[in-house]
Amino acid sequence: MLQTALDIQTIRKDFPILNREVNGQPLVYLDNAATSQTPQQVIDAIVDYYHRYNANIHRGVHSLSQEATDAYELARQKIQKHFNIGKTHEVIFTSGTTHGINLVATGFTSFLKKGDEIMVSAMEHHSNIVPWQMLCERTGATLKVIPMNLDGELIMEEYHRLLNDKTKLVFCNHVSNALGTINPIEEIIDAAHKVGAAVLIDGAQAAAHIKADLQALDVDFYTVSAHKMCGPTGVGMLYGKEEWLKKLPPYQGGGEMIAEVTFEKTTYADLPHKFEAGTPNICGGIAFGAALDYMENIGFDAIAQYEDELLQYATKQLLTIEGLRIYGTAKHKTSVISFNIEGIHPYDIGTILDKLGIAVRTGHHCAQPIMDFYKIPGTVRASFSFYNTQEEVDKLVEGVKRAKKMLL
Amino acid sequence: MSIQEIQEEIVDEFSMFDDWMQRYEYMIELGKSLPLIDGQYKTEDNLIKGCQSKVWVHAELDGDKLVFTADSDAIITKGIIAILIRAFSNQKPQDIIDADTAFIDEIGLKEHLSPTRANGLVSMIKQLKLYAVAYQTQLN
Repeated sequence: MLQTALDIQTIRKDFPILNREVNGQPLVYLDNAATSQTPQQVIDAIVDYYHRYNANIHRGVHSLSQEATDAYELARQKIQKHFNIGKTHEVIFTSGTTHGINLVATGFTSFLKKGDEIMVSAMEHHSNIVPWQMLCERTGATLKVIPMNLDGELIMEEYHRLLNDKTKLVFCNHVSNALGTINPIEEIIDAAHKVGAAVLIDGAQAAAHIKADLQALDVDFYTVSAHKMCGPTGVGMLYGKEEWLKKLPPYQGGGEMIAEVTFEKTTYADLPHKFEAGTPNICGGIAFGAALDYMENIGFDAIAQYEDELLQYATKQLLTIEGLRIYGTAKHKTSVISFNIEGIHPYDIGTILDKLGIAVRTGHHCAQPIMDFYKIPGTVRASFSFYNTQEEVDKLVEGVKRAKKMLL
Repeated sequence: MSIQEIQEEIVDEFSMFDDWMQRYEYMIELGKSLPLIDGQYKTEDNLIKGCQSKVWVHAELDGDKLVFTADSDAIITKGIIAILIRAFSNQKPQDIIDADTAFIDEIGLKEHLSPTRANGLVSMIKQLKLYAVAYQTQLN
């Protein structure tokens, strides 16, 4: 048995979906890196909002509007506290990580010129590649890539070599979605700052496993999605240092983000509202706060420790299967295992596992450059959360063995 | 045999299986045993890009009948292709155009025909029918 301070069986009772069956089998949900499941406490927060105080925020004089505004702003404060952000108005609500990245990438259009360089890591999700390529097309800046080694670790010597006074912006994920690698973002941020470059860290895959201290990191931008950390889809946060958020132009025009509007000129609202045009995902923001409460209550240290045990156990068990290769063998990893079995297409394994009630992700994981690097069409990815059990890992291993027997 | 008769035959074969395991094992066997496509036709032009598995389809006329060959890099997909080829290949283009694919549902493989399933099969059936339309025009 794995050693953990967490009472996993009690925790599992918080997640109604874990009781359901898929294809006649009890669900084994191992696609947590795509989206995490939602505890009853968060579902209750969503229901409570619509039952009791659904109203538009920041403008109504009536009580419901005030209650909704208070709850939404309280959620912002919870996010601020969780990520140790200096000022509440440095927390921008977004629709998710992709939105946060696009907001910054679009804003940087006016700061870059031909000859400038921006840098991305070799293990990014497409959402942290494409917006920057679009930025390069708009500005004439050049995109440089920090390479990685076969273990799926960034080659930091190359990073330091690539950095120069033309580098204006570096963006990298905190954790790779396809490989689980935890990147050395402290070193990345410090070195970038030494040449005067700003840094955006995509925290989407890290947020459920690592409690990032954004002031200590001294990062310029950090962005996450609530649905990867027990919250609902369609909401996330972008942290930006105040000085950057003041400099960046608004991303979208609309209500909420203005101070005064005439047909001659509009002045923009103060932070954070300058970047929050239109009616936001109010319920989602509140539920995001509830999700942070939930995870904080369990404790991020305990979560990280238990997930690491699951990772070690699953890695060891899967490697007993002949022909199985794991992609992403970095020393520092979250609980993600990407693998293939020699001679079998990942899609086939995923299909058989689904028949056994086991949910994994197969394919290129929106990270085609990584698949090209390993010269594979994709992988099977099992990603574990704190509500997964050792027995579920065993079911995965048995399922993979069964699939292998059928398919080879 | 007509497309309808072949489809009924396939449904009969699959009705002998008790559970999904046997159905999938049979499909995997079909996928493994069929030499599907000549290497020269595995070109970018003949590739139907599903999200995850690659599917190639080639068509040519043999008299007034259309002959399909196809392949995939995923074996389950290949098995389903083998079933589709058996039902639709060596048939008149107009019959292919008119044929429906409900038998896939009847043999318990409905999930593979969902348009949101990332296996390229829906695109593949569409492609078979497009070939049929093109060759029907040629025959006319």
